[in-house]
Amino acid sequence: MSQFLEISGLCARIDADGQEKQILRGVDLSIPSGEVHVIMGPNGSGKSTLSYVLAGREDYEVTAGTATFHGQDLLAMEPEERAAAGLFLAFQSPIELPGVNNANFLRTAVNAVRRARGQEELDAVAFLKMAREAAKALSMAPDMLKRNVNVGFSGGEKKRNEVLQMTLLQPTFAILDETDSGLDVDALRIVAEGVNRLRAPTFSALVITHHQKLLDYLVPDRIHVMARGRIILSGGPELARQIDQEGYTKFLAEVA
Amino acid sequence: MAGHDRAKWAKVAYPPIDYQDAHYYAAPRKKPGPKSLDEVDPELLRTYEKLGIPLHEQALLAGVEVPEGERMPVAVDAVFDSVSVATTFRKTLEEAGVIFCPISEAVKEHPDLVRKYLGTVVPAGDNFFSALNSAVFTDGSFVYVPKGVRCPMELSTYFRINAKNTGQFERTLIVVEEGASVSYLEGCTAPMRDENQLHAAVVELVAMDDASIKYSTVQNWYPGDENGRGGIYNFVTKRGACRGARSKISWTQVETGSAITWKYPSCILQGEGSVGEFYSVAVTNNHQQADTGTKMIHLGRNTRSTIIAKTISAGRSDSTYRGLVRVQPKASGARNFTQCDSLLIGDQCGAHTVPYIESRNMNARIEHEATTSKISEDQLFYCRQRGLSEEDAVGLIVNGFCRDVLKELPMEFAVEAQKLLQISLEGSVG
Amino acid sequence: MNALSKDMSGPLALFANRLNTLAGPERQAAAGALARTGLPDRKSEAWHYTALRALGKQDYAAPPAQVDDGAVRALLDEVLRAHPAMAGLPRVVFVNGRHAPAFSALPDDVDLAFFAQAPRFGLQAAPDRDPLVALNTALAEDGLYLRVPAGVDGGHVMLVSLGVAGAEPVSFHPRHTVVVEKEAHLRLICVQAGQGAYFHNPVTDIVVEDGARLEHVTVQTEAAQAISLGTLYAHVGHQSVYDSFVLGLGGQLARHEVHARLGATRGVVHVNGAQRLAGQQVGDITSVITHAASDCTSRQTVRNVLDGHARGVFQGKVLVERVAQKTDGYQMNQALLLSADAEIDAKPELEIYADDVRCSHGATVGALDDEQLFYLRSRGIPEHEARQILIDAFLDETIALVTDATAQTFCRAVLAARFAGKGDVA
Repeated sequence: MSQFLEISGLCARIDADGQEKQILRGVDLSIPSGEVHVIMGPNGSGKSTLSYVLAGREDYEVTAGTATFHGQDLLAMEPEERAAAGLFLAFQSPIELPGVNNANFLRTAVNAVRRARGQEELDAVAFLKMAREAAKALSMAPDMLKRNVNVGFSGGEKKRNEVLQMTLLQPTFAILDETDSGLDVDALRIVAEGVNRLRAPTFSALVITHHQKLLDYLVPDRIHVMARGRIILSGGPELARQIDQEGYTKFLAEVA
Repeated sequence: MAGHDRAKWAKVAYPPIDYQDAHYYAAPRKKPGPKSLDEVDPELLRTYEKLGIPLHEQALLAGVEVPEGERMPVAVDAVFDSVSVATTFRKTLEEAGVIFCPISEAVKEHPDLVRKYLGTVVPAGDNFFSALNSAVFTDGSFVYVPKGVRCPMELSTYFRINAKNTGQFERTLIVVEEGASVSYLEGCTAPMRDENQLHAAVVELVAMDDASIKYSTVQNWYPGDENGRGGIYNFVTKRGACRGARSKISWTQVETGSAITWKYPSCILQGEGSVGEFYSVAVTNNHQQADTGTKMIHLGRNTRSTIIAKTISAGRSDSTYRGLVRVQPKASGARNFTQCDSLLIGDQCGAHTVPYIESRNMNARIEHEATTSKISEDQLFYCRQRGLSEEDAVGLIVNGFCRDVLKELPMEFAVEAQKLLQISLEGSVG
Repeated sequence: MNALSKDMSGPLALFANRLNTLAGPERQAAAGALARTGLPDRKSEAWHYTALRALGKQDYAAPPAQVDDGAVRALLDEVLRAHPAMAGLPRVVFVNGRHAPAFSALPDDVDLAFFAQAPRFGLQAAPDRDPLVALNTALAEDGLYLRVPAGVDGGHVMLVSLGVAGAEPVSFHPRHTVVVEKEAHLRLICVQAGQGAYFHNPVTDIVVEDGARLEHVTVQTEAAQAISLGTLYAHVGHQSVYDSFVLGLGGQLARHEVHARLGATRGVVHVNGAQRLAGQQVGDITSVITHAASDCTSRQTVRNVLDGHARGVFQGKVLVERVAQKTDGYQMNQALLLSADAEIDAKPELEIYADDVRCSHGATVGALDDEQLFYLRSRGIPEHEARQILIDAFLDETIALVTDATAQTFCRAVLAARFAGKGDVA
């Protein structure tokens, strides 16, 4: 039986300033439907690269391995096809789009995805109603819909905007790349509630984080530790607490 | 015209035009002129169809910010092949005292006004193409807004080049008296033609004390095919004189069409405290060439000018911003701010920025900034991750890039212009 | 045998006698190009802001063979006195465009030769495109050929060009070549000074080979009646650096024109400059920086301080060719107008054919900042002094870009000697 998300032996490199740098060195990971998995690991271990490769960033070259999503070859799809298929990446550093109105961006994205999924497009009125409600649930100021995408947003506002997009695009698989970084406790709870609202037997998430705090709200099913481009250790929720208290050093030493 | 030369400094290349071979005047098909807009070619009115639609939500989504109550009805004076065939809303305008008519009619009915102002901003001998226009112009629009009158509606001339082998030589004159204001829209379309056609219009604006003129253009004439065959040569002379104190002339243009565009809507800032503005988006694709910009001539004290120019090049096209900011010795306290940004799409096109900055007054302040870049991969990926196709993502980012200019357009035009941008760039990605 | 004379009209006629007696294919070709184009007038886009009317009506003769040694010594001493370190640097001195061995102190670690013995026209100069280069090509008598061998640190070399003219206007057209071979390094300080009415028309051909570095500072303090129109070509190789700065202070009409070409990947070019002019002076800094390879960087900061009836011109084109992806180009030019009659004409220009580039330029023109002035005065500094502080600071920010400490100190010393206590009085 094919899993919900199945990653096997995934290797990827990037061409940085004329030099090829191998970042992923054989990632194996499977996430069943309805589960929240967490990836932790020291900086530079390849966590963000994994999220970019799954979302289809072109500057990473996949050199080996496979990734399937609902049985489909994820790596063969364009980024927008992955989005339409239900994959959502909450960026660690959300991109600013100067001059692009947030509401317009959201509606264009929502309708592009709806079109691809064979759903009816939303008209302006219906969309705005939906967007305003979602924004309100995330305690976002109403004017954030009128502002340019992420331009002049504070760190917290950007992260909330990512969760707003996730709410509206209704993915079946969300990757949250350090969505908790730079958030205060209240914002953290709001973001976590946003994710929890999506939780369903058909929704899974891969959460990249350094902190236990977010996991207090999200309650993950599995924890994976990543180092030097591989998953070196997997375990239950207690593993995250252990890392939070003891750091990575011990685990890294054990595998080395 | 003898002794006049086509400018050699513009960064455009075109085969020599045989001016003897151009038809300077072609009357439209002999049929009764339309009595109302209903009788005008439906294609011509495509832009205006949107007027009846509740636009508020649409505008918000399009990122157009027009304060409520700012929307005005539009009066249209359509020019087909040099002869005005439809003028509407004449009555409302007459009640307000505004004259809006074909210039041929104005010559007969308001000869004193026409004589007083025509050719005072753009003299016949100004440049080769203005001389050509002065020698052969047949029609165009005339607008006169009397003292203290805020023109009750947007005025619009809808130019279109219809007949084959016809150069267009409209002449437009807009005079706005003390304390009066007008917003004027010029839209241009040209049907597909194999041969290159010449458009050499002249537009003159005169603003007296505290008067304000907003002149908006959306130009999407036939740009030629993807091999560079056909298309309009758009060599236009547009100039406004801020004669009065605190007068204001604002040019906004969205240039997406024509095989070659060569135009520099300018402001002569004579009146003390007068204001000149130039907002421009120029998009070129395939083999189009555009050399466009403005001239801000600061003559009076405390005159101010703002230039925002956005240039987008794709395909094998070449686009140049060329602008002059000149501060004369008496223009103490003059201010200019210029921002020119160029965006390149693909590696076979060119984008150029050529500002000329001349100051003869120590109390003037001039600031100029320019950037050239391509669409960021990060932005593209972000949009695509959210489900947008690459082409839609480019359209969205380009519209964002142009936003500072588009928001200066009257709302109906802004919506249209956004679509035009997207259409112009079709096929430029991927 | 020459049929040129009848074609020479306008200012070119002032050189007609000498142009009619040329030998050699380069010189004749250059004279032919000149006869076709004439000297540029303001209809030429490259000379739109700078007219050559100052050349006047009198013929320009070749400089006389005999020169007043006392005058030369005085000029040279003034240059060397500006800063204690200068006298100790190796120097090559040209007087009226001819090498003057008696005044030179030749460097050891570099290879030297002279144009008078073995003419070298170089490969970069374009006499057919630039009439002033053609004029030089036709009339060049002497010039320095300097080569820093591969891997050698050539230290400092001063190239001092002195003009010493009498009643008759003279012109001289030296042709210099500087080659910094692979991985070599040179700090070149060019000084231009003089007395009387002369026309200095140098052409300099510079090649910075792969991995090499040339720090090049030009201090132009030509005589008040002098006309100085120089053209410089620099070819920059792979991972090499051409870091230049010009300080323009002298002459009634001066133009420093630089054509720098980044011909291989990862090259770096700096074309910085400053002018401080007064009276009726016209000073022109013109540059064309061509990115002809990928991953290169160019930087340009040019500032003008203009007093009296002076006119400053800045023309800076950055041309990015189609192959030059990943270009990083930045240019800033700023002008300070100190008097009601001063004028600045600026034309920064981007011509870009590659899409993956980051290029920007900025320009500002204005007077001294009132708030800054007020701030200084509120701290008890008299207005005149406060203005001087702000003017100095404005120029000093460009001099701070000079990486060679000796050259930087020299620039500051020359400026201070010229303007100390003079303030900004028109």
